[in-house]
Amino acid sequence: MGCGTSVATETQGKRVERDEAVQTPGPALTMKAAVLIQRWYRRYMARLEMRRRYTWNIFQSIEYAGEQDQLQLSSFFSFMLDNFTQLNGNGPDLISQLLDPVVDPWLDREICYSLILVPESYSGPRLSFPLSVSDTNALLAAFKEQQTLHARYVLQLLYETKKLLKQMPNIIHLSTSYTKEITICGDLHGRLDDLLLIFYKNGLPSAETPYVFNGDFVDRGKKSVEVVILLFAYLLLYPDNMHLNRGNHEDYIMNLRYGFTKEVMQKYKTHGQEILQLFQDVFSLLPVATVIDGKILIVHGGISDQTNLDFLSSIERHKVKSALRFPKRSLEQLDIGQSCRLTKRLRLTDGSRPSSSRSHSKNQRTQNQRKRRCGLSRQDSVASTSSSLSSSSSSSSLCSPRTPSCISPRPCPSSPSIPYSINVLQVPFLDSLTSVPLPSPPQNEQEWKQIVDVLWSDPKIQEGCSPNTFRGGGCYFGPDVTQRLLLQHGLQLLIRSHECKQEGYELCHGGQVITIFSASNYYEEGSNRGAYIKVGRELVPRFYQYQVSRTTRKLTLTQRVRAAEGSALRALKEKLFAHRSELMCGFQEYDQNYTGRVSVSEWALVLEAVLRLDLPWRTLRPHLARLAPDGSVEYQSCFEDMGPGIPLPQVTSNLAETLFRYRTDIEIIFNIIDKDHSGLISIEEFRHTWRLFSAHLGVAIDDSAIDDLARSIDFNKDGSIDFTEFLEAFRVVHKLDSKDPHLSEKMSRKKYS
Amino acid sequence: MAESNNQSAETKLSDVHKRIKAAFETFDNAANNTVDVREIGTIIYSLGCFPSQADLHDFIAEVEEDHSGYIHLDRFLPAMTKVLLEHKFPPIPKDLLLQAFEVLDKDNKGYLEPEELTKYMTQEGEPFTQEEMEEMLTGLADHERNVIYYKDVINQLAIDPDM
Repeated sequence: MGCGTSVATETQGKRVERDEAVQTPGPALTMKAAVLIQRWYRRYMARLEMRRRYTWNIFQSIEYAGEQDQLQLSSFFSFMLDNFTQLNGNGPDLISQLLDPVVDPWLDREICYSLILVPESYSGPRLSFPLSVSDTNALLAAFKEQQTLHARYVLQLLYETKKLLKQMPNIIHLSTSYTKEITICGDLHGRLDDLLLIFYKNGLPSAETPYVFNGDFVDRGKKSVEVVILLFAYLLLYPDNMHLNRGNHEDYIMNLRYGFTKEVMQKYKTHGQEILQLFQDVFSLLPVATVIDGKILIVHGGISDQTNLDFLSSIERHKVKSALRFPKRSLEQLDIGQSCRLTKRLRLTDGSRPSSSRSHSKNQRTQNQRKRRCGLSRQDSVASTSSSLSSSSSSSSLCSPRTPSCISPRPCPSSPSIPYSINVLQVPFLDSLTSVPLPSPPQNEQEWKQIVDVLWSDPKIQEGCSPNTFRGGGCYFGPDVTQRLLLQHGLQLLIRSHECKQEGYELCHGGQVITIFSASNYYEEGSNRGAYIKVGRELVPRFYQYQVSRTTRKLTLTQRVRAAEGSALRALKEKLFAHRSELMCGFQEYDQNYTGRVSVSEWALVLEAVLRLDLPWRTLRPHLARLAPDGSVEYQSCFEDMGPGIPLPQVTSNLAETLFRYRTDIEIIFNIIDKDHSGLISIEEFRHTWRLFSAHLGVAIDDSAIDDLARSIDFNKDGSIDFTEFLEAFRVVHKLDSKDPHLSEKMSRKKYS
Repeated sequence: MAESNNQSAETKLSDVHKRIKAAFETFDNAANNTVDVREIGTIIYSLGCFPSQADLHDFIAEVEEDHSGYIHLDRFLPAMTKVLLEHKFPPIPKDLLLQAFEVLDKDNKGYLEPEELTKYMTQEGEPFTQEEMEEMLTGLADHERNVIYYKDVINQLAIDPDM
């Protein structure tokens, strides 16, 4: 290409393209130029696509890793629940109310809500039961106007829903012969906008427009209450044309962590607990599967090689309140019962042994070691119960990795001559021992597994069925498992949700499995579309996609990728910061001379090992760490740029990190301690909570550090701590990003008032 | 690739392999060392290369497992290593790109009208699909004047943080 300047044509309008007669270097040159530009642009777009991919990976990895953390937290709760009824000796508290409800006679009678007075000043919808179309229209209008439904109506709605659901079987069978087409929607996760968009595009639920909603109505999004109220309202209005499947987030323990519980408590300060109680019952009463024309199976998660629809139909589904409460029988796995029975009668103990030895041994364990222990104990528990479980290759038992080593129970000392019998366990709690009765007989593990598999599993490409270690529950099921199940029950298609997909839907297993996801922009504005499926009598699924957007101007791929990437990288940096000490240890192993540098490969290795996130670290490196002039990584630079607002006063970095890493857990636990949600807890309660927490996590904290911490915070003269501000002090202060549901929930959380 | 300058050829080779594997794995959804053939272009581009469509077709023909639609890492790795070590599809220098735009800008306006660019991109060379065209126009056009100031665009899109 010799000419650097273009040849001007004589006239403006003429474009000399393919006119061979003209002697100017038009056509060939033009073509060459075009090819060059196309190459360049395509490459640019490809790089964008690459960034989008790994951004996606980051979000997914962190999300699933979060769910694994949830497992650990819930095992803590389960342990607390199974062994203690009181946390601080003040009588039955929120933990026991929330986590282990005795059947409250009030909640099964109509009196519970009818006693609640609705003030004249209330301008929201006033529902009358049985519901009519005007009620659901009123709800739609009210929620569009950001109104909240009064607690009385919420309770009444839930009570009526509970009554209705009790009559339903575990598996609902639908037929297309009476209707035009059935619409199937996936995860909504509290996104009211998406639900309204679906109703707008596809029509409101009615006899002509039947719907199946495939679980995960709540958590993460900010309008879970509104979403689920609407769904239940339509369920009551059209019980034959509205069908709801249970998802893994219709589970009170998941709700504790992922936002639904908090949302309810914030919107319903007086009656929140009762409402949550009813939700718990209602969630566990939701059917777990829907079958259309005996050919299409719809479940939230997936299946396992143990899934049996006949068995699934027969079990009492409401007994599985939460997938995360492992069956009580597996306490045996924790060696409490076993050790009592197997070991000698008298344990050599003294009163101070349990707590002091416990905290002492914790000092030596690092996070990594603890994780390895987790791995081991999981295997142990699987092995020990393999005989009790059916001979299955896929074990989806969720065991408690931590508790075996956290507790060292003593049996009640008895005379050596009397045959050993256990009536009571002496279990250490905080500084003393408490007597607790043995846990009650176990819930049926196989039944529990059927439900957990159906709610938590994910498809995989390879054949076979393996435990879903990523999520901590359910299985990964291969195309052969799908094939077998479909064949066994005469089905032709499995529709499931549970995983976010960029296009809102995805096919796999040769088209025999469809994933449908209905929350658009799930990770970030522009991250993905939502979709729903319509099937008619011919049972051929058709897909409809959409995307809720805040701006009318169409975002370019560049803008969307940039936004999502920024969000993902922030989340990733948080992770790095939260694991700072371990990472530094890892780096220093490669940097014995304290140069502050390691090679890129070594850097990537350390990150992979510590964070256990399967990400393209080398590709991400430029966003996370600086290079020295010689091309090696200055690893300290990983922890920079965390923004202003991290005061690390008289506290050890370990403590700050721990707080940061487990801040969600801390919030949950604090919320439970702070029963009246006033935002204030006493110093005493704070200390106890912290000790409890650190005992569970195996973090060594001595009392003086805790007290120093407490003192460094401004607290009222009466000795209360506003832990909202306390957490603020240790949290990285991000720019207020209202699009990020996780951050904004915490950031915009005002005082409970 | 600054780090490779100070290292032996062996380390350099292993670094190259690692880069290729990392890019490959991003698209290896099933974790079985295969990717869909349609993603190969993206992978190659992300490794710093600027093949044309024709180049891509040739490359794919070499490494695809007889029209299965999949490409296995075993074949991709050596082929791609060769490409990288031989700098087979070098980047387009900015000034060359500028000249290319200027060729298309026959009236020497300093910008291109969307219709002009569309015509060239969809009718000449290795034509864009309608989707590609729309994305390009949305991305590159100046919002107020709705024309493409190609000089600015070249500088904007040339920012390459890594590789």
